[in-house]
Amino acid sequence: MNAPQRTATYNFAYLDEQTKRMIRRAILKAIAIPGYQVPFASREMPMPYGWGTGGVQVTASILGPDDVLKVIDQGADDTTNAVSIRKFFERVAGIATTTRTSHATIIQTRHRIPETPLKAGQVLVYQVPNPEPLRFLEPRETETRKMHALGEYGLMHVKLYEDIARNGHIATTYAYPVKIEGRYVMDPSPTPKFDNPKMHMSEALQLFGAGREKRIYALPPHTQVVSLDFEDHPFEIQRFDKPCALCGAEQVFLDEVILDDRGNRMFVCSDTDHCESRQAKGHRGELVTAQ
Amino acid sequence: MYVAVKGGEAAIDNAHRLLADRRRGDRDVPALTLEQIAEQLALGVDRVMSEGSLYDRRLAALAIKQARGDLIEAIFLLRAYRTTLPRFGYSEPVDTGAMQVERRISACYKDLPGGQLLGPTFDYTHRLLDEELDGDPAVDAGLQRTDAQEPAAHIADILGAEGLIEDDAPAASSEPGDINKTPLEFPLSRATRLQALSRGDEGFLLALGYSTQRGYARSHPFAGEIRIGEVDVEFFVAEIGFAVPIGRVQLTECQMVNQFKGSAKVPPQFTRGYGLVFGQSERKAMAMALCDRALRAEELGEEVVAPPQDQEFVISHCDNVQATGFVEHLKLPHYVDFQAELGLVRNMRAEHEKAFADSPSQTREAAE
Repeated sequence: MNAPQRTATYNFAYLDEQTKRMIRRAILKAIAIPGYQVPFASREMPMPYGWGTGGVQVTASILGPDDVLKVIDQGADDTTNAVSIRKFFERVAGIATTTRTSHATIIQTRHRIPETPLKAGQVLVYQVPNPEPLRFLEPRETETRKMHALGEYGLMHVKLYEDIARNGHIATTYAYPVKIEGRYVMDPSPTPKFDNPKMHMSEALQLFGAGREKRIYALPPHTQVVSLDFEDHPFEIQRFDKPCALCGAEQVFLDEVILDDRGNRMFVCSDTDHCESRQAKGHRGELVTAQ
Repeated sequence: MYVAVKGGEAAIDNAHRLLADRRRGDRDVPALTLEQIAEQLALGVDRVMSEGSLYDRRLAALAIKQARGDLIEAIFLLRAYRTTLPRFGYSEPVDTGAMQVERRISACYKDLPGGQLLGPTFDYTHRLLDEELDGDPAVDAGLQRTDAQEPAAHIADILGAEGLIEDDAPAASSEPGDINKTPLEFPLSRATRLQALSRGDEGFLLALGYSTQRGYARSHPFAGEIRIGEVDVEFFVAEIGFAVPIGRVQLTECQMVNQFKGSAKVPPQFTRGYGLVFGQSERKAMAMALCDRALRAEELGEEVVAPPQDQEFVISHCDNVQATGFVEHLKLPHYVDFQAELGLVRNMRAEHEKAFADSPSQTREAAE
């Protein structure tokens, strides 16, 4: 049992330069055809599939030494997986990181879009589990590729219609399908539909990476993003009865936190940076005022 | 030749001798102890206990050693031992709500009573090989909480208090079904299916569960809760008239929360998928919960369109001891049957040739 003498060393941002070039080509193609899923030779990453390997590969490929990275999961910087990915890039790229949305040049996210509007020059990298919006209507990739090629999206509308017929509502609350520039139907990743309007005409570049399914897609800045709906059942976002218990913010997405097993709960901002920034500016929610 | 007319016995003896030799490997390397396996390959031991359906870490470690690390072979060894044990009754249902949790997470809430407790998990490790483990580096002891554990209510009870999730159906009878004592007869009750799934092959259930996430029998799962820890096992003793604790077992429990079911009478509610396995076997418990939910398709009025929803397909093929037996039995001599096939194919070829000879022109035309 001879121990290997060499400790493995890794390139800047983990991926080798050839892999990065391959991924950048896929990203460029994706930007050129907004909403189109570009296949790419996704690599094994040192975290499991489902943890954000697609997003991590995209981030690793666009990251430069001067970038400032923010990583969120469920809107928060302190969720375990966000902490883990942020540490990973600190370790393998030595770049600066931040929790402030406005300070970041690259924001990698799982399940949320920050409440603070993004600016030109920022890149939002989404971790995508299932890039194919038609997957749950048609499990076969050969079929769904064809449907996209032909712009054949009737099945999706039938599904939404059946939701209304059965439940009185469109029963899709996250990963709500959108149409890009009147052409491709796209999965926004499992963000709550609350965030869909933020994608529309965003000043930032939005990149979507799906590692296990080996797809990259993109929305260049100022791209039209329309949530699918019907004239008599227009698209609506979630609304909350109360403002954030910590910062009093309204019209933001809130997390329900269970306080005990007697049904007591509170609602707080899912976007921790937004919440902390507001509190720093003196905004107070009912929980803070009550104390 | 693996079947000699004579000498089969010597061949087997020699094969076993060579197997024992290979199992032991280089004699200059110290032999593994069962304690080493149980302590340092604990998750392999847990899988063998779970799919071997016998809670005994020492025997599972022994099986792994004897099986040269082939876990399905080890599971087989354990099952073959288990089958010889007397069955003297059923324990009381274990109370996983009272579990001494070492790990407890919910993907549904940021925080909840009892808290999020990561425990010993690979989840947020970076998969970079650690060369130091080639030796025996000093390892810090894990931190132990000093305060009393806040009771960790089941997520299903939290959602259930608001009526947001379906109730667990009451048990059909006080006597549980038993896949050890009764032959499988389809359709199976959910309890019986869960027994079979709990000892089903991790890889098979994982692949089936995965397929439900990719469009084959979709059911929108959320990992409502996963908890790992020890529970008391109690046994009702008729002679003394009450239940007495007879030991503790470590369990992994997974409660999946899935998309809705409602009707004209009942407003929409989340539905459940459930997984429970021996030891720390999170992947298995989660895959089991996905499969359990998919297998409830008929009960919940869903269209059965994919393999994970088909209980005959899933339950008949999830046992790896059965599966490996039948797949590998193809190695056994089949020369009598094969001889019969040889005769038939020769006959057919002769007939074909004769037909060709009788009307060569026709065949040629068709070929052209």
